[in-house]
Formats: sequence, structure tokens, C-alpha cells
Amino acid sequence: MVMGEPRGAASGEGAHASLFVGTQQDWKREFNPCIQCGMCGGACPLAFAMDHTPRRAIYLAKEGLLDRVLHTNMLWLCVSCYNCTARCPTGLKITDILFPALRDAAINAGLQLPGEFKKALDNTYRYGNSLGEGPRKRTEWTKGAGVPVPVASQLRRPFDVLWLVECYPSYHPRNQGQAQAMARILRAVGVDFAILGPEEHCVGDCERLAGEKGLFESLVEYNASLLDKYEFGEIITSDPHAFNSLTRVYPALGKTYPVKHYVQFLAERLDTLKPLLTHRVEARITYHDNCCLGRMCGLYGPPRDLLRAIPGVTLVEMPFARENALCCGGGGGGMWLDTVIWQAAGERLSDRRIGHALATGAGILAVSCPFETSRFEDSLKSTGNDGKMVVRDILELLDESIRGRGGAVA
Amino acid sequence: MNIAVLLNMVPDLVEELEIDASGTALDTQWMRYVLSESDEHALEQALMLKDRHGAKVTVLALDYGEAEEALFSSLAKGADEAIKITGLAAAPGKQAAAVAFKEALATLAPDLILTGVFAIDDHDGHTAGLLAGLMDLPFVGVTRSVERVNGRVVVQKEYPGGFAAEIEVGLPAVIGVLSAPQPPRYVPVARIRETRKTRALADRRIAAAEGAPRLTVRRLFKPEPAERAEMLAGSSEDVAKQIVAILADRGLVR
Repeated sequence: MVMGEPRGAASGEGAHASLFVGTQQDWKREFNPCIQCGMCGGACPLAFAMDHTPRRAIYLAKEGLLDRVLHTNMLWLCVSCYNCTARCPTGLKITDILFPALRDAAINAGLQLPGEFKKALDNTYRYGNSLGEGPRKRTEWTKGAGVPVPVASQLRRPFDVLWLVECYPSYHPRNQGQAQAMARILRAVGVDFAILGPEEHCVGDCERLAGEKGLFESLVEYNASLLDKYEFGEIITSDPHAFNSLTRVYPALGKTYPVKHYVQFLAERLDTLKPLLTHRVEARITYHDNCCLGRMCGLYGPPRDLLRAIPGVTLVEMPFARENALCCGGGGGGMWLDTVIWQAAGERLSDRRIGHALATGAGILAVSCPFETSRFEDSLKSTGNDGKMVVRDILELLDESIRGRGGAVA
Repeated sequence: MNIAVLLNMVPDLVEELEIDASGTALDTQWMRYVLSESDEHALEQALMLKDRHGAKVTVLALDYGEAEEALFSSLAKGADEAIKITGLAAAPGKQAAAVAFKEALATLAPDLILTGVFAIDDHDGHTAGLLAGLMDLPFVGVTRSVERVNGRVVVQKEYPGGFAAEIEVGLPAVIGVLSAPQPPRYVPVARIRETRKTRALADRRIAAAEGAPRLTVRRLFKPEPAERAEMLAGSSEDVAKQIVAILADRGLVR
């Protein structure tokens, strides 16, 4: 067990034997150990806006009163921050099982789903990405990378590293720069890598936590057969959510791959990377621990090691850091539930979190998840703090240190 | 009540459309077809009528593009039967589609025929109106609600300019749906997959609708940008004065 891994984390055997609970028996088996202490509701950053806390929802569902929960707002207010899971003294998988099960039940009961949420699921089923972009456009970002980005289907040979770019870095205009930075860094440290290109589909972490069981299973089937086609040493990904599902959930379904998030992969290559970091980035930087890498997988050191390796950087910590970090609000379908959450809570979690970052006096908020750049940039504007801080992915900061600001591609 | 819902596939605009070497048709190499959005609303409207009053809902689609996917997904949503219409050339025009649907409907005797309007490829007419003409049935198009009242239907029809009309229609009739009163329901992927395993589509082979009028496309081309825009520069006040001068010059203000 890695340090900081919550008791509910699924590293042990049979951890995800049941991904979804459907029958009354399943509910009892899964949640009978609940001691109704209320720690989950206390730990949840959005429980104040929920009609029922997780504790009450567990109690009602166990008693066969699921209907009383399904028609409330509580099942749409979870953003999979894993705080409840990390704090639960009984080790119940509240994030991974309770909320997906409630949403699965709502979807199957034919309840009207929030519009953006439904659209994202429709898009993922049809196009393999929640943004509703065409598969052909998945490699558009590579044109601006300035370095060759090989596509596995065209490489026709085994390669060392398969890079799962994932959906937001492939398509979202704010995140494409991060993908381009990552391509340049991988080139610079001499990695033999390839991407899947138009064949790539979402890994499905948010679809799983959104409770779309069939969609997640079909994504797992698709991805497993696609990965079988190629011969590679290991997988790296630019998305902590993909990392979360690939390390913790795919194995429970019999699909085990050697996989690393880029912060691990690059931190392991600091000896090669550090001499390349020649341009100074004079800044006070604070790092936001995202929930998947942090609370769920205990990766607190590697992102900080990378930031400290950049000359000129002074790393400062937020009071709520590491396992106490507040979520940005984008996980587990949160990216598609902003309207619902804002209506219920009057804020997005990123609005609250940006306050923590600003309080450090740092000039840069560093992140390592593609959802976070646009969420925090939006929050700087919506909280009236535009211009007081910039949000940069660690990849962008490393790239800047290698090339200089706006520097030529090596 | 027997309700027939007609589904049409239209080019999916998620990928850039390209014109093929002939210069008169779309390049289908990368193009995918998708269910026309208003047809999805026509199905939702039919399912809402079924939920409220009970009805048998039969969905029909011409066999091209991803018609099978649309038919199975309709069954998963609650349609009772699905018919795939074969024997036609790929992606026929709307006139030929109307002829084909008429033939396929001949044995079904539906009380109500629902299909979408304003498909993105309806340059040679609306299937709904054409079909009503061929079948000699009453037709109301561009509806946002269809309700069953005393053996007839009452529809809310939209007109341009924010006007609407409530129209009572005797059955059988063809209704061209713009939108259902509620968004199309979500169908879980597991249910679509299950439906594919447990249900079958009926095949209805029809003679090619050769007699149907059709358009001959002489040239297909992308919109050609024209340089007619004039950019106004200066401070906000200057720009405002220039706008007033231009409007006055054209006789739009005094």
C-alpha cells in the first residue's frame, strides 16, 4: 500500500469484484458494514448542498428505499473527489460504488438526466470521446507540436511507450498545448513512443463514475482489443482519470497493463531531464494535488520533484494539500454537471480551490490534470481574480524551461 | 393506436464534409451517417404517447448509413417493432424516400405517422409532406407537441416569428415533428447491447423507387467566401458615428 492510500482504495484482491451494485442483496452485501457515523458527509465538500448525505443514502438504499434517493439532487453532486472514501473508517467504496450505483439506477429507471451529462454519454458512445469530436480530428494537435508524433498503426514495429493522450488533451483547445509540450519533452528525453491517433477511445473513468455501466464495459472491451494489436513496453497517460481506471479498475476486469502517469514517468527520468531544464522560470509556484493521482494513488512526490527541478522555481504549499487537497470539481462526470452543481451549491469547487491557491501568494498554480487548467482559469475570472495568477500544467512549465519562453522547437 | 415512426439518416457533421471526385456528391470514405435530430424527437413523441395512452410503436428506416444502430436503439428505448427497408439505392433523395416509406407502410395501417422535419439534407422536400401527399393523408408539419384527444390528435404547430397554432387533426395523419415536449430519453448502452442480442429487425424489401422524381446535382461546392465586409476602425464614438452615417446613407435611418 502506498503512503497516503486510503483504506477504501482498491489495491487488494477482489477490490472491484462488483463495480456496480444492482439488487437489494448487492446493496446489503456492499453497505451492511456501514456504521452510520456520518464521516462521509462531513468529508464531502458538496454535502451541504445535497438533499441526502452519502450516509443517509446508504441507509435508505439498504432499507429498500432507493426511490427516495433517486429523485433527489444528491446523486448528481458527486465529483468523485474520493474524500469520503479516504475518510470512511469502515473502508466502504462510496465513490467507486455508491454513486455509480445510484446513477446506474437512475439511468435504468429512465429518469430525465441533466442535459450536458446526457450529451457527454451520447458523445462517448458514438465518437469515443465526451466532447463529441470526430475520430479523424484526434491527431489535429500534433500539427502544432513541432516534433514528429508517431501513430501506432503507421509505425508497424514494436515500440517502448504507448502514450494514451486521452480526450481533453487531444481535442480541447486549452489542453492541446499540454499534449504538444508532452510530445516535445518525450522527444527531448529520447523516448521511443507512439500514440493511438484516430483509433483511440476514452479510457472511460468518468463514464464509469457517471454510472454508465454498459458504456464503460464497451469502452473496456474496445480498448483491450485495441491495445492487444500493438507491441509496446508500457503505457503512459496525460490524464489522471485514465490512470485511475487503468491502475485500479481495468485489472479487476482482467485487463492489466503496466501504466504510469506522466509525472511518474518523467520523475523517473529526472537524471536525463534535469540537464535539459536550462531556462529559468522565476516564480513562486503552488501545486494542486488532483484527486486521482493524490488521494487515490498516493502520488504526492513526483509532481513536486519535477517542479523543484526547474531552475528558479520556489515551491510553496497550500494549507489544504496532498490528501487534504480540495477537488477542482471536474471528476466523475463533474465536467458535465457544472450547471446542476452550481445551481445546487452556488459555486463550483474550483472557485473555492482557487482561493486556497491565491492565499499562498504564488504567481503560478501548477496542475497535472487536463480538466484543471480551464476550470481554474475560468474560476480566476468568475471570482474576480483574473490576472492575479496563471494556471500552467507541469508539462508546460517543463517545456518552457527546456525551450525558453516561446522558444524555438529543438 | 398504431404509431409508425420514420427514421432518416443524414450526414454527420462532426467530421468535415468533403466532395468526391465527381464534384456532384459527398465523399463517403470518411463520412458517417447519423439519425436526423428531429426524427429522434419524432420517436420521443411517439414513446410519450405510448407511455400516456398505450400504443404500438413501429419504427422504420431505409437501410443505409447506421440505420440498424438507430433501429436497435429505438427498440431499446421502448419501440415495439423495427423494420429495415431494403432494396433501395444508398441514401436516396427525399422524394424516393417518401415513395419507399409509402410502400413499406402499406401493410401496417398506422393511425399516426410521425417523422422529423428540417433534416439537414432536405433540399428536395420534406419526407413528411411528400409522404402525406402520396398517401392522400392530412399533414401538419413543424410541431412541438402531439396529444391524443378523443380519437384525434391535437398538435402545437410553430410558425416563424414566434407564432404557434393549436390544430386538431383527424386520423390517420402524417405529422412532421420539429421537437417533442421533452428531450429524447437516454437509453443505457447495456440495454442497446442486450437488445442487439435478443431482438431482431424485420426486413421489408421493396422495389426500387425508380419512378420517384429526383434532383440532378450539377455541381456541389463549399460556400465561397466573398469579400464584402467592411471593417470600421477607431474609437467607440467614431465607430458609432460611422455606423449612423452608413445607415443614413442607405436610407435606413434619418
